[in-house]
Amino acid sequence: MILQEDMLIVSNINIAPRVFRMVLKGEIVLDITAPDQFLHIRVPSPDKILRRPISISEYNKTDKSCVIIYRVEGPGLAVVSDMQAGQTLDVMGPLGNGFDMTGPFPNGKALIIGGGIGTPPLVQLAKDLTVTGIAVTVLLGFAQQSAVILETEFAAASSQLEIVTDDGSYGQKGNVGLLMDNLDLMSYDAIYACGAQGMLKAVASRTETHPNAFISMEARMACGMGACYACVVHVAGDETGQKSLKVCDEGPIFRVGEVVI
Amino acid sequence: MTENRLAIQLPGLDLKNPIMPASGCFGFGQEYAKYYDLNRLGSIMIKATTADARFGNPTPRVAETPSGMLNAIGLQNPGVDAVIAEKLPWLATHFPELPIIANVAGFSNEEYAIVSKKISRVKNVTAIELNISCPNVDHGNQGLLIGQVPELAYAAVKAAVAVSEVPVYVKLTPSVSDIGTVAKAVEDAGATGFTMINTLVGTRYHLQTRQPIIANGTGGMSGPAIFPVALKLIRQVAQQSSLPIIGMGGVDSAESALEMMIAGASAIGIGTANFTDPFACPKIIDNLPNLMDKYGITDLASFVKNCQEEIRG
Ligand SMILES: Cc1cc2nc3c(=O)[nH]c(=O)nc-3n(C[C@H](O)[C@H](O)[C@H](O)COP(=O)(O)OP(=O)(O)OC[C@H]3O[C@@H](n4cnc5c(N)ncnc54)[C@H](O)[C@@H]3O)c2cc1C
Ligand SMILES: Cc1cc2nc3c(=O)[nH]c(=O)nc-3n(C[C@H](O)[C@H](O)[C@H](O)COP(=O)(O)O)c2cc1C
Ligand code: FES
Repeated sequence: MILQEDMLIVSNINIAPRVFRMVLKGEIVLDITAPDQFLHIRVPSPDKILRRPISISEYNKTDKSCVIIYRVEGPGLAVVSDMQAGQTLDVMGPLGNGFDMTGPFPNGKALIIGGGIGTPPLVQLAKDLTVTGIAVTVLLGFAQQSAVILETEFAAASSQLEIVTDDGSYGQKGNVGLLMDNLDLMSYDAIYACGAQGMLKAVASRTETHPNAFISMEARMACGMGACYACVVHVAGDETGQKSLKVCDEGPIFRVGEVVI
Repeated sequence: MTENRLAIQLPGLDLKNPIMPASGCFGFGQEYAKYYDLNRLGSIMIKATTADARFGNPTPRVAETPSGMLNAIGLQNPGVDAVIAEKLPWLATHFPELPIIANVAGFSNEEYAIVSKKISRVKNVTAIELNISCPNVDHGNQGLLIGQVPELAYAAVKAAVAVSEVPVYVKLTPSVSDIGTVAKAVEDAGATGFTMINTLVGTRYHLQTRQPIIANGTGGMSGPAIFPVALKLIRQVAQQSSLPIIGMGGVDSAESALEMMIAGASAIGIGTANFTDPFACPKIIDNLPNLMDKYGITDLASFVKNCQEEIRG
């Protein structure tokens, strides 16, 4: 268990407006146990004192490398986006529980649903499921054509890939809920989703009765490891209103119906 | 007598070094135990504990500010009975020699008394930190008000001191016009010492939505940005009272820890720095001896004593 390391930046490239793909190398990769665990990244700037949680998009234990894909929302990740290959980045990780891939998969089918900057952590999941012989259907939604990322990666790791955009500039016009309505959701052994809160709500409302539907939640974090109670979510069905789960260490992945979205 | 040049003795607290994580920034210890041996710490100030379980405030609860942060956790905790049944025994089992400072919060004098009484009887709790200064609880903002009105502070401290079996340190808020008056009331009520400072009150807005980033509207500001404020207030209280002060507010290095001792603190709480660097506390502890050598300080206990003699003339 390493938990904190100065990881080597192998590359850091701009792949869409404000979106960057960074390859990192370090011992932490050996500790990753499941897709969609995250790294808690320290911005190398003395006035930025909170770390930034970023999901691990892909990883390769053989060469101890991993990929993160991030969208610059503010000044912190802007600093990270200026970093160069050869520099190091202070990260804590791997943190969080990651996606549950234990199944069972009697039909041999899984459904993956991603939206916008929520799509990166689903890449490794799609790859791992595909490798085990499971037929993976992937539905992705983006704002517009220029925001579309990871199409090649998902095409290689799925048996069916469909992309929609809000404005119809690429693929069908609409959101992933539209695509879900065309599918027999119960025929998929597991359903996995990551994206904006609205999208997660739409997925949850369609998968309430599904026994193996999972969503990846986001929350503003401070410690990233369960000590500060910044990132809590309410437990679904808790009438006292006092029960909570922490996104950083009891999540970010929860079963649909487990927490209030 | 100990040969340990970092040791500090305070009522209830036999500290092998003066560095302790501040309340709310270290949970109940368990999470950080994955990172390092908690026995390296002087003590741990555990998360605020109230009589009943509390969810706390709506999220988002944190935001970043230049060299600081805002939080409005709102005293989330599992309640004193659960803390006594689960959290403290875990610390006692794994770190039996580590003295624990229990942070007690409440919304009435009775609640302060109930929680203080129960928690002060737990074996590894060797001191209480009475939180009369949380800016993030509503109830007419009573949480903070108690620490702002000398009469209310006096009554709350008196209630806790009357039933506590361990020394009671009282946590002061910087959000007052004259910290000296509150400190005096707290001392008169029988406090053993002070912990200071709690967070300042602040807010930040989204440019797009024009709404506050923190769901609660405002939050408590902490981190290096508040360090000069903490120094000033600690000095002010140290000048008028000879009770010991556990200082906190923006300390993130051995240098800032020593500087806070010069201002009048006997021991140092580390809050926000734990989030920036999970190893902040052990790193500060490890750096102290080198820094002491640099400034000709043989041992911290006499350094603290000298600084305080200078302050009080
Ligand atoms: C578990 C998890 C995984 C994530 N994975 C990714 C990912 O793979 N790719 C990606 O682009 N983004 C991801 N995010 C969101 C990402 O953390 C924020 O967009 C980022 O922190 C914003 O930082 P900034 O410096 O650009 O913005 P700033 O505005 O400078 O950030 C200010 C503060 O707010 C916090 N913050 C702002 N937005 C968020 C948010 N949505 N979630 C948590 N904290 C936030 C920042 O950490 C920082 O403390 C993830 C969030 C979580 C919780
Ligand atoms: C996330 C967070 C939670 C906190 N919770 C508590 C608390 O429960 N009780 C308390 O007395 N102080 C609490 N504090 C205040 C700290 O203990 C400390 O007084 C303050 O943060 C200043 O120190 P710092 O600048 O080193 O963080 C909290 C601070 C933060 C940042
Ligand atoms: S971010 Fe601190 S508990 Fe989750």
